[in-house]
Amino acid sequence: VKKSRRCVGDKNTKSVFCLPPQTFDKILIANRGEIACRVIKTCQKMGIKSVAVHSDVDASAVHVKMADEAVCVGPAPTSKSYLNMDAIMDAIRSTGAQAVHPGYGFLSENKEFAKRLAAEGVTFIGPDTHAIMAMGDKIESKLIAKAAKVNTIPGFDGVVETADDAVKIAQQIGYPVMIKASAGGGGKGMRIAWNDEETREGFRFSSQEAASSFGDDRLLIEKYIDNPRHIEIQVLADKHGNALWLNERECSIQRRNQKVVEEAPSTFLDSVTRRAMGEQAVQLAKAVQYSSAGTVEFLVDSKKNFYFLEMNTRLQVEHPITECITGLDLVEQMIRVAKGYKLLHKQEDIPINGWAIESRVYAEDPYKSFGLPSIGRLSQYQEPLNLSNVRVDSGIQEGSDISIYYDPMISKLVTYGATRAEALSKMEDALDNYVIRGVTHNIPLLREIITHPRFISGDISTNFLPEVYPDGFKGHQLEVGNRRELLASAAALYITAQLRSQKVLGNLSYLDSHVAVQMIFCIDASGQIVLQYLGTSFKVRVLSKLAAELNSYMPEKVAEDTSSILRSPMPGSVVAVSVKPGDTVAEGQEICVIEAMKMQNSLTAAKQAKVKKVHCKPGETVGEGDLLVELE
Amino acid sequence: PAHPALARPPLAIGSNLCVSFPPERIDMKRKAALVGGGQKRIDAQHKRGKLTARERVELLLDPESFVESDMFVEHRCSDFGMEQDRNKFPGDSVVTGRGRINGRLVYVFSQDFTVFGGSLSGAHAQKICKIMDQAMTVGAPVIGLNDSGGARIQEGVESLAGYADIFLRNVLASGVVPQISLIMGPCAGGAVYSPALTDFTFMVKDTSYLFITGPDVVKSVTNEDVTQEELGGAKTHTTVSGVAHHAFENDVDALLNMREFFNFLPLSNQDPSPIRACHDPSDRLVTSLDTIVPFETTKAYDMLDIIHAIVDERDFFEIMPSYAKNIVVGFARMNGRTVGIVGNQPKVASGCLDINSSVKGARFVRFCDAFNIPIITFVDVPGFLPGTAQEYGGIIRHGAKLLYAFAEATVPKITIITRKAYGGAYDVMSSKHLRGDVNYAWPSAEVAVMGAKGAVQIIFRGKENQAEAEAEYVEKFANPFPAAVRGFVDDIIEPATTRKKICRDLEVLASKKQVNPWKKHANIPL
Repeated sequence: VKKSRRCVGDKNTKSVFCLPPQTFDKILIANRGEIACRVIKTCQKMGIKSVAVHSDVDASAVHVKMADEAVCVGPAPTSKSYLNMDAIMDAIRSTGAQAVHPGYGFLSENKEFAKRLAAEGVTFIGPDTHAIMAMGDKIESKLIAKAAKVNTIPGFDGVVETADDAVKIAQQIGYPVMIKASAGGGGKGMRIAWNDEETREGFRFSSQEAASSFGDDRLLIEKYIDNPRHIEIQVLADKHGNALWLNERECSIQRRNQKVVEEAPSTFLDSVTRRAMGEQAVQLAKAVQYSSAGTVEFLVDSKKNFYFLEMNTRLQVEHPITECITGLDLVEQMIRVAKGYKLLHKQEDIPINGWAIESRVYAEDPYKSFGLPSIGRLSQYQEPLNLSNVRVDSGIQEGSDISIYYDPMISKLVTYGATRAEALSKMEDALDNYVIRGVTHNIPLLREIITHPRFISGDISTNFLPEVYPDGFKGHQLEVGNRRELLASAAALYITAQLRSQKVLGNLSYLDSHVAVQMIFCIDASGQIVLQYLGTSFKVRVLSKLAAELNSYMPEKVAEDTSSILRSPMPGSVVAVSVKPGDTVAEGQEICVIEAMKMQNSLTAAKQAKVKKVHCKPGETVGEGDLLVELE
Repeated sequence: PAHPALARPPLAIGSNLCVSFPPERIDMKRKAALVGGGQKRIDAQHKRGKLTARERVELLLDPESFVESDMFVEHRCSDFGMEQDRNKFPGDSVVTGRGRINGRLVYVFSQDFTVFGGSLSGAHAQKICKIMDQAMTVGAPVIGLNDSGGARIQEGVESLAGYADIFLRNVLASGVVPQISLIMGPCAGGAVYSPALTDFTFMVKDTSYLFITGPDVVKSVTNEDVTQEELGGAKTHTTVSGVAHHAFENDVDALLNMREFFNFLPLSNQDPSPIRACHDPSDRLVTSLDTIVPFETTKAYDMLDIIHAIVDERDFFEIMPSYAKNIVVGFARMNGRTVGIVGNQPKVASGCLDINSSVKGARFVRFCDAFNIPIITFVDVPGFLPGTAQEYGGIIRHGAKLLYAFAEATVPKITIITRKAYGGAYDVMSSKHLRGDVNYAWPSAEVAVMGAKGAVQIIFRGKENQAEAEAEYVEKFANPFPAAVRGFVDDIIEPATTRKKICRDLEVLASKKQVNPWKKHANIPL
């Protein structure tokens, strides 16, 4: 009976479609957003019932709708819902889920959670607790890596207690150094210091951020490799001592140490280096008896020397590009492995088929330090799924709210092609076809990156963005031809609208005169037509010749002097206010710290002045543009 | 070219003395009229960031469509040296005539600040009255561009009479043709009552003022120190007093916006609501609406999100966007047809009705009704705002205005209850009982006398198990069924289908005919 349930076939035909082997009946996904939806999709494919957990504000989120069952685990703040182990354990019990997929972030690398699951006999779809512990601690992980003959970064050191210790250690290693949270993955809580002062600041920030994000304020300081590439190897291991490397992902395009554009394979690696990296990654996985999918991150210098950075013991955000070039469903493999099945593939079965590129589409304003969170409601939202070879992993839909509580990622846009050029041109199309209205998004930046000559030639490093845009991202810079094209389009739209205004039922006196147009191009002034062209939104104002002439008499409105007032650049909550009325601040001195989307942002004085008035206090929630502090 | 009548041979006066009336003289007068108060004053006007009266007219109207009247009219004052030639300006201090906006007829007057500061003489008033009379005769809107220092003091009572003549016409034209005032400079004293009587008053930021008495008089009478801008600037009137309906950045912006605004309006009360070619499918499903109303009834959302999503091409011309923000009113199109939208705004003061929002809503509803514009009402109202401020301010009679306006309206009325429709406010908001043609409820709708908590406190006063009773009340009343089973809402609809349904209903209701009982005029509680 059981077998017939799993296999569907027609006796009269030869083809028998076999469903995946029996794994679990029901899986709870302890996550939200796109990754929860991603896991549910595979569950559906494998015939597994899915349970979603959600915070109260997420009650109508896509992952909740997609899942077979949903349980509310608390209010909006992540510490009370998606990180609330008690509530999630209750949800597991009440729904009878046999296994838990943690996604990434939240509880995915939390050893305490893995332990509690194990204690209740619930399978954690991920590596064993000891591997999480070993790799989750950045210091221990390096020791293990060293022992497993994996190249490690020179000069890294131990846990840091105080700011003075941090400075001492930094001096021993030699600047520049990188400071980050021991417990955290990715770029969160990571800061680079070039001198003692920055080390102190970095220490303070990183420990605060580490505490707020991971509940563990231990830190790590190590040598910072200048101009490196960030290339990582996907590994997949089972519980029987088998491990594979599934090629690399090039993740060098980052802003503030968070990835923006990723691709697989990398233009930089030759097969020898790839193999060497892959083999070391597998050695490390085997050294910690790793099972499930994991990622070994390396820094690669310009001479193709590679250094172990860390191992992420979870499914990675950018896993889809590996899936595209290898044809594997990593979530499916994780579920199989968690059930105890052996790997299906041998190393020689792992192909590199074509090229895949992923753009992380964020609700962010790319014009503010390459992306500061923006919030809002997606009044219009349309993914470019009309195109072939496009995959969009998202957990939102038209009408969804992007709130201050969670990561501002809108989706992962993946394009695929036989060659890199094909994948890139598909990405261009996909970004142009993407409709997102209601929130500010980073598509202008993404499109600029993937069409930049340096990116196309593969000449990239983790410093790509600050090097290419030293003064910050300013949007697409129009050349004469493009500019004309843009203006022509705007003018055509204007004329169409003007002509339509005459097409009113019963209006018999159509104008026979032509509509004369003169174009005024004003990107900065408030315009009437906003066109997205080559990824960037341009404000174009089209005026008739007469209106343009008369417009020259219109006075420029004086903008508010912004150097003496400090406004919140984004919605969030005030973590700290470092000044009080009457204080004198120096230019660049920190005035207050705003936390948004788990990021702490230090706001500094634009000039030397005396503090006139402070309009905010710690713990307060502020909106974008809210007045925080006035200077004299 | 000169009119043929003017080209006739001049009359002979005396025996051999023939006073020639050469065409050059006509041209000279015309040229003089075109420069108004002269180049120097024109430059000064530009320096203030203002356009001249003629530039404004030219920009407002379709190219070469302006037909001017009374270009040769001059003031008739003979006191204080006004009779001297240098104090005579052909056309005096106002430019009047007719023209077209996107091919549709409109009458315009534009006060000329370069001539005696745009002050109103008897002749000036007479010119305005003439085009207003014509507009009434043919059934076309009147747009007034105000830029005037006030009465022509040299003329005394003649000027005052002129104002009254205009006021009378404003009143007679009210409800016959749309009247729009665009304040583009000062407008003070008695002059303010003309804009006040028109249907819409728009202002230009930083360069326009409206007040009964200026800062100097205010200072001498009440000893208050106040600037022109604070007393009667665009910000004051669009946010505090509610006198103006919208403010624009500058003259060009304002005039171009007037053209857009004009497109929404019918030409007169004899005209149907205009229908423009529409590129937005009338059966478009708006899926984003399915999630817009939050689960918690206490949580706010933005009614503008609903309006933008439902109307054609997200094009919504909001009236009084900065005043009494707890109610949203404005014009939009549904499948090309102009509609008036009224919606409670849960984002501001929970969307309650108070004095200001009632008056704002009532005036808008009456305009729509007067000019055959269907009204679509989105309801999420927790009730009237309680408190002494409101009661002392007369919320009873002001709230009655909105009730009156909705009840009296005979245009197609479609109502969508998105969430709360509590108490008397439910009745007021274009309910079925006030002759609503189609009343829908979203699944999130709750039509009840009051919120569950308050109701339970009254029904089960002093009893225990209040929480249980509250749950029961919620179960019974906090949903659309109590209203639906009584036929007070016609259907409970999926939010995504709202646009489609409204468009379909409007087609059917286009032939609606409803007449109120004969009366001299009704007696709205003013």
